[in-house]
Amino acid sequence: MSKRSNEPLLWLLFSAGGVVAALAIPVHLFLFGLAFPLGWIKSPSYESLMALIRHPLAAPYLLVVCSLPLFHWAHRFRYTLFDGLQIKHLNELINTFCYGGAILGTMLAAYLVWTIP
Amino acid sequence: MKPVAGYVPYPPRAFRTRVSTYWWLTSWPYLRFILREFSSVFVAWFVVLTLWQIASLIRGPAAYAGFLEWLRSPFLVALNAVSFLFVVFHAVTWFNLAPKAMAIRMGGKRAPALLITAPNYVAWLAVSAALAWIVLGE
Amino acid sequence: MADQIALEVTRYHPERDREPGLQTYEVPLRPEWVVLDALNYVKDKVDGSLSFRWSCRMGICGSCGMMVNGEPKLTCAAFLSDYAPGPIRVEPLKHFAVIRDLIVDITDFLHKLSKAKPWLIRKEEKPLAEGEYLQTPEQLDTFKQFSMCINCLLCYAACPVYGMDPLFSGPAAIALAQRYNMDSRDQGSGERLDILSHSDGIWGCTFVGECTKVCPKNVDPAGAIQQYKLTAAKEWVKSLLLPWGAK
Repeated sequence: MSKRSNEPLLWLLFSAGGVVAALAIPVHLFLFGLAFPLGWIKSPSYESLMALIRHPLAAPYLLVVCSLPLFHWAHRFRYTLFDGLQIKHLNELINTFCYGGAILGTMLAAYLVWTIP
Repeated sequence: MKPVAGYVPYPPRAFRTRVSTYWWLTSWPYLRFILREFSSVFVAWFVVLTLWQIASLIRGPAAYAGFLEWLRSPFLVALNAVSFLFVVFHAVTWFNLAPKAMAIRMGGKRAPALLITAPNYVAWLAVSAALAWIVLGE
Repeated sequence: MADQIALEVTRYHPERDREPGLQTYEVPLRPEWVVLDALNYVKDKVDGSLSFRWSCRMGICGSCGMMVNGEPKLTCAAFLSDYAPGPIRVEPLKHFAVIRDLIVDITDFLHKLSKAKPWLIRKEEKPLAEGEYLQTPEQLDTFKQFSMCINCLLCYAACPVYGMDPLFSGPAAIALAQRYNMDSRDQGSGERLDILSHSDGIWGCTFVGECTKVCPKNVDPAGAIQQYKLTAAKEWVKSLLLPWGAK
């Protein structure tokens, strides 16, 4: 009876991140990456954006939107490196880089969200 | 029939072709698959950008104005335009494929994939509209 | 329509060739002929040394899988007229070692298939006096699609992960495991999960989806694998929350 691996956890994080990324990121990128900088839509003022991120629901929302997609990236990029470049023999390095990066990003997001005045 | 003296699990000199590093360029479905997987890089870029944005907001109006200037530079606009296309590609492929993992049954028969895909797109529209309203409405 | 078409066929003699090469044969272009008919014509009339596997010639035995113009196909289902004016390149199934000409070594698949335990597993057998295990049409419908697999291995030829990862179980093996997991008479999903829920079992799959595209029996192995991933994930969560209730 071999012990079942913990891959299911990584796959669940990947799936959750994929859903969050699919639902929320397109509109975010469209507004903040294209519409506001290019002047298609009037950019909200600094004060209104600060009011938004100070809202009690903003912290958990930002944490979810900045953390889960990173785990989605970590899992998917890990397999892209395995299959796309066939460097699976470097899997210890790749796993550390990918999931370590996702964990670091999550910690950074938590820190930033916590320091919102 | 004479018995074989020592069983060799693989026949001698069976020829094995090594898969090329560029296997994903050999057909359009394979390339589309790798592009789909590569979209995750742009998802990660979005997170980096958002963290930067939050950090600039925290540091004050001057820092945020500097961040906005940086966002307007042609390189960033081009990068974000490409990122947007890839992120939309991720969303579309995700909603089209996610139903495969769930064998939803209705009245004894397997539900048609559209019945699960369509609500995903509706949710996408609803979430996008809500977020846009929140950001623009304040 | 022309009356001849060229077939470029892989020849490999392990006792004297360093690597496979292509040999061209001209075969009649009959409207009702498939690639298998052309290969048999070559073997009967032109070159008796050509070796290939085939049996039922009607798409149910799964023996005649080969690469036709770079795509995995059952040669008994690939019509010559679809490839006219040709030439048609016929090569052994990708991702398997070539034993000779168009014959590949499928030992690896057979080993992985048996790991998936594709048979009904019961914890307790019903006593004979109680009769058969009954199953409603709805229960049959949950797994019937996955039971259509003829082990033709076209999906393995299409799967890039199988080509690169020697430990990956592959589409058909996992689809057949799922076929038994979903069978209401089976009680073995826990046993199969122990063996398959590893990075060298089902988790290597990245849902490329080519396996489903090439399957001649519409088994949809990609769908089966994604369903299995979800099942494995649910079981993992359950084992975390209820560690005593091993399935």
